[in-house]
Amino acid sequence: MSLTYVLESVLALLVLGAAAWTIAARSAFAAAVGFVSYGLLLSLMWVQLAAVDVALTEAAIGGGLTGVLLLGAVATLRGTEARTNRRPALPLRVLAAACCVLVSVALAVVVLTLPESGPTLAPQAVAALPATGVGNPVTGVLMAFRGFDTLLEKVVLVLALVGVWSLAPDRYWGGHPGLEHRLPADGVLPFFARTLPPLGVLLGIHLMWTGADNPGGAFQGGTVLAAMWLVVMMAGVRDAPAIRELWLRLSLVSGPVVFVAVGLAGMLTAGAFLAYPIAIAKPLILLIEVPMLLTIALALGLLVTGPPERTADPR
Amino acid sequence: MSALLDLFTTIALVLGALFFLAGVVGLLRFPDTLSRLHALTKADNVGLGLIVIGLLPQAGSVFAALKLLLVWLLVLLAASTVGQMMARVARRAGPPR
Amino acid sequence: MSTVTLFGLCASALVGLGLYGALTHPQPLRKLIAFNLLGSGVFLLFGVFARRGAWQSVGGDPVPQALVITGIVVAFAATALAVALLLRLHKESGEATLDPPAPAGASTERRSP
Repeated sequence: MSLTYVLESVLALLVLGAAAWTIAARSAFAAAVGFVSYGLLLSLMWVQLAAVDVALTEAAIGGGLTGVLLLGAVATLRGTEARTNRRPALPLRVLAAACCVLVSVALAVVVLTLPESGPTLAPQAVAALPATGVGNPVTGVLMAFRGFDTLLEKVVLVLALVGVWSLAPDRYWGGHPGLEHRLPADGVLPFFARTLPPLGVLLGIHLMWTGADNPGGAFQGGTVLAAMWLVVMMAGVRDAPAIRELWLRLSLVSGPVVFVAVGLAGMLTAGAFLAYPIAIAKPLILLIEVPMLLTIALALGLLVTGPPERTADPR
Repeated sequence: MSALLDLFTTIALVLGALFFLAGVVGLLRFPDTLSRLHALTKADNVGLGLIVIGLLPQAGSVFAALKLLLVWLLVLLAASTVGQMMARVARRAGPPR
Repeated sequence: MSTVTLFGLCASALVGLGLYGALTHPQPLRKLIAFNLLGSGVFLLFGVFARRGAWQSVGGDPVPQALVITGIVVAFAATALAVALLLRLHKESGEATLDPPAPAGASTERRSP
């Protein structure tokens, strides 16, 4: 029973405890806070599973951004909590619990009866990695071997954003998301919003750049950039842009458009959609990643700020 | 020499963990938000600083050591900002009813 | 019991917990949080299978890990859309519930659905 094993057991128990607290908490605020701490503990579990890229993504998006989203929603919905408190009757809850225990036990049986070694694509991925020019296998899979999934994911992000925007009342269409934040310019939060973002932007770009050979990548870097932008907006240092701005819309679609363009060019130069000619594979991946970073940062930030709630200034 | 460095790391890590424990005890035992904030921010920042200092000899390179220090400085910045803001909200809300 | 099995059992428990919360919580926001819990439990199961595919110097099979990264981002996008829908519902109706409004004059004690 090595020390690492003790650490991992304690970690698993903590994660289960945080999850149980999130489900059982009385108020939605407690549940949201519990969810954020659960996300951070979960990213530690991902590190123990030798998946550092996933740990970065879970901590940033699963813990951080989702937490911001949920806490904002909890604050808005605080008044309605008392009125929506009618839990289902006890027999129904017992039945639901029994079904959930059944599902858990089925999954646990699957986990316990796994064969000694499972199928894996790691050898093929590692063998094909030098052709792409990147050193991190996960980045290779995301950008080259399963690039189509990443392209579709980008489109999903933009579509979700369009869905969120479409929930605005007609009179606010094209306006600024969220309410205006006005804080005294010498307050604590504006100071924070002027100190951290320069370093944070550098960190975000570095995360994307180093994702080629080390854990990291465009998603993690884009999330850091989105977080810096959110801090700046929440401190009132800069207002949220009006969604009808042309630069905003062009930047949002630049990620998927460049990706699709490279894919179509691949049909002409390398024989299949999203095939990269081996000689220029790495520069092509970089060419895709930079607009992708911009799209991810903008889309994630705007998903958190929500639909427009103010009209845009008249031109 | 490396045994000495390992000893230094162990002592610093244990001290850092003790500071974190002190912060948690303060969180659980102090009566109101402001004193709990006091306990948490002081103890957690010093605890993290001790842990970072303890890990410095184990970092592979000067660059990695600088990154560890940067982590500590960023946590200091974030924790102090959040502590200030929570304290203002707590003071405005007044004593718990 | 190896690490991988331990984490796999933890993931199964998380799936069950999340499912229970999604089924029984009356508030849509709590259902959303529980749904996220369920999703992250499933992702953890993916991670367990990825870890079992470790080979030479690569710590885990990279394909499930890339799928999980994609999944986390898409789950966040779906959560953001759901929160926006919920907030709009609240703005329109004043309540944040999916239950139909009680007819005027009915008692506040309703039979559960």
